Amino acid sequence: MPKKRNFEFLEHMADAYIVAYGRDLAEAFENAAAAMFEVMTDIEKVSPEVDDYVEVEALDEHALLYNWLEELLVKSEINEMLYSKFEIFEVTKTAEGFRLKAKIWGEKFNPEKHPQKVGVKAVTYHKMEIIKEPDKTTVKFILDI
Amino acid sequence: MGEEGEGRPPSEKVPLEKVNDYTWRIPKYKPGMRVPGIIFADKTLLEKMQTDRTLEQCANVAHLPGIYKYSITLPDGHEGYGFPIGGVAATDYNEGVISPGGVGYDINCGVRLLTTNLSEQDLKPRLVQLTNVIFENVPCGLGSRRKDFKVTIHDLDRLAMEGVEWVIDQGLGWDEDAEHCEEHGCMKNANPDKVSTTAKNRGLTQIGTLGSGNHFLEIQKVDKIYDERTAKAFGIEHEGQVTVMIHCGSRGFGHQICSDYLRVMERAIHKYKIVLPDRELACAPGNSNEAEDYYEAMACAVNYAFANRQAIMHWVRQSFQQVFKEDPEKFGLKLVYDVAHNIAKIETHKVNGEQRKVWVHRKGATRAFPPGHPEIPAGYRSVGQPVIIPGSMGTSSWVLVGTEKAMEISFGSTAHGAGRMLSRAAAKRRFYGGDVKRSLEQRGIAVRAASAVVLAEEADPAYKNVDIVAEVSHKVGIATKVARLVPLAVVKG
Repeated sequence: MPKKRNFEFLEHMADAYIVAYGRDLAEAFENAAAAMFEVMTDIEKVSPEVDDYVEVEALDEHALLYNWLEELLVKSEINEMLYSKFEIFEVTKTAEGFRLKAKIWGEKFNPEKHPQKVGVKAVTYHKMEIIKEPDKTTVKFILDI
Repeated sequence: MGEEGEGRPPSEKVPLEKVNDYTWRIPKYKPGMRVPGIIFADKTLLEKMQTDRTLEQCANVAHLPGIYKYSITLPDGHEGYGFPIGGVAATDYNEGVISPGGVGYDINCGVRLLTTNLSEQDLKPRLVQLTNVIFENVPCGLGSRRKDFKVTIHDLDRLAMEGVEWVIDQGLGWDEDAEHCEEHGCMKNANPDKVSTTAKNRGLTQIGTLGSGNHFLEIQKVDKIYDERTAKAFGIEHEGQVTVMIHCGSRGFGHQICSDYLRVMERAIHKYKIVLPDRELACAPGNSNEAEDYYEAMACAVNYAFANRQAIMHWVRQSFQQVFKEDPEKFGLKLVYDVAHNIAKIETHKVNGEQRKVWVHRKGATRAFPPGHPEIPAGYRSVGQPVIIPGSMGTSSWVLVGTEKAMEISFGSTAHGAGRMLSRAAAKRRFYGGDVKRSLEQRGIAVRAASAVVLAEEADPAYKNVDIVAEVSHKVGIATKVARLVPLAVVKG
């Protein structure tokens, strides 16, 4: 089952403004992903039945968060899947920037089972923040909905 | 965070000069501003804009290379990404830039209006049934689609190149529909080779769907006619007449194209050494390959959105047929017009007494061309272009008409909607989806929605009063009032 939820929705006029926490960058990114799917549905109701792998690269950490969330959004739309469990097992610094590898779990969207909230149009860089402290990483971002 | 979601405080104080009761000017107070900013708003709307970054973003847009006259914020302006929503900027075709942020993620999010020859009384006994049938026929909400409207990747390329015509060729529509769309429902420069496979895959699963969020389909009636001659030209004959409004965009196809080209533009600003105050204003010189690629890809999304609204309109016509067991032609169901709210265009405008070819960015803005303009349908040329402004769920919507004044002061543009007052989080705390539905139903409005959360988030007190937005447009003269429409039934994602 999903780990303890560690994200909140902040005030934003038109869209979803999210803050997610973790002990490190990987965990904060996992919680950011959970928050994105919580915008769309109740992730408690999404069983981690089907797994998949995600690999993204980016020039900087902000772009890595953007690309990670966008890749999940794209997979969700194209495969008509909802995801509820995320395990980022590698974030490495490369010559060109960063690489992230993750395993994700979810199930096919089923309107009978999964309450519908709001579709996410896109991830944005607007007010995006990644705050690193010794034992805690906080990420903030806005989803266009 | 304010309890009622008053938005975040602006990060800086933006100086303002009053020009008149409905026009305010942001002077060139920062060294990088190439032109001033202009805000069309009354005092109340302006004060709302001062609670978030709208005005700062208006000033940021004034930094774009090649921008002409001023950066414009319309009465429904609110904070967006890079550009404010409700923003217009025109840049020189050769010396200026094109910015995907000036169009937005939902490329050609827009609206179309149909008239019928039914009056409210004719419809009333069948209203709930019709609403249910439309809700069945028009896919909306998460992951919804029609089983009988599948397009292949090859079809999608044709659709992206041909827009509304392709959909009509599939039997979904009438020949005259295309004439009543901005650009005749097709931007000719569309080139699917400039669209990523990811965008195409997202597009394939979502063509012919309404989506969620602020998108909606409403059965409405004409509440009040303000300009009889123009209303008549648009097919709006009398108060009580039933109309249908469809509000949606280019779905994941457009969102992905925007996202893909924001990445391209981020590289472009380094390559061309363009200095900007905000990452999300990323742009490329109008005469660069990057600009050409974006413009050709954007046109694909524009055409996709026109096609999307065309397919949905066809299913609305079919729904009337299903319920009344007669040909849809019998009820009129004529397309008045389809307008884009998020788009960039190459247009010619008068700047300092000279005709200039420009890139006009309209982000949350409606084109409002005057009588006599060659770009508008022959039938409307004597009165001007129909401007369609949807309200929020359960409130009024407006039909306005484009003016010469808009050509003079707003690059032929006006407002596009209501604009939010409350954050989604605040709206959800205040309203409960079930109550919102009941309160609409108590007012006699039929409601079908895929999501109760969307109902709460889109509750009408969450929005600025669209009547004031229309009034300011009218008073400024950038589009004048023709008719006010009110909902009889709402279908939401």
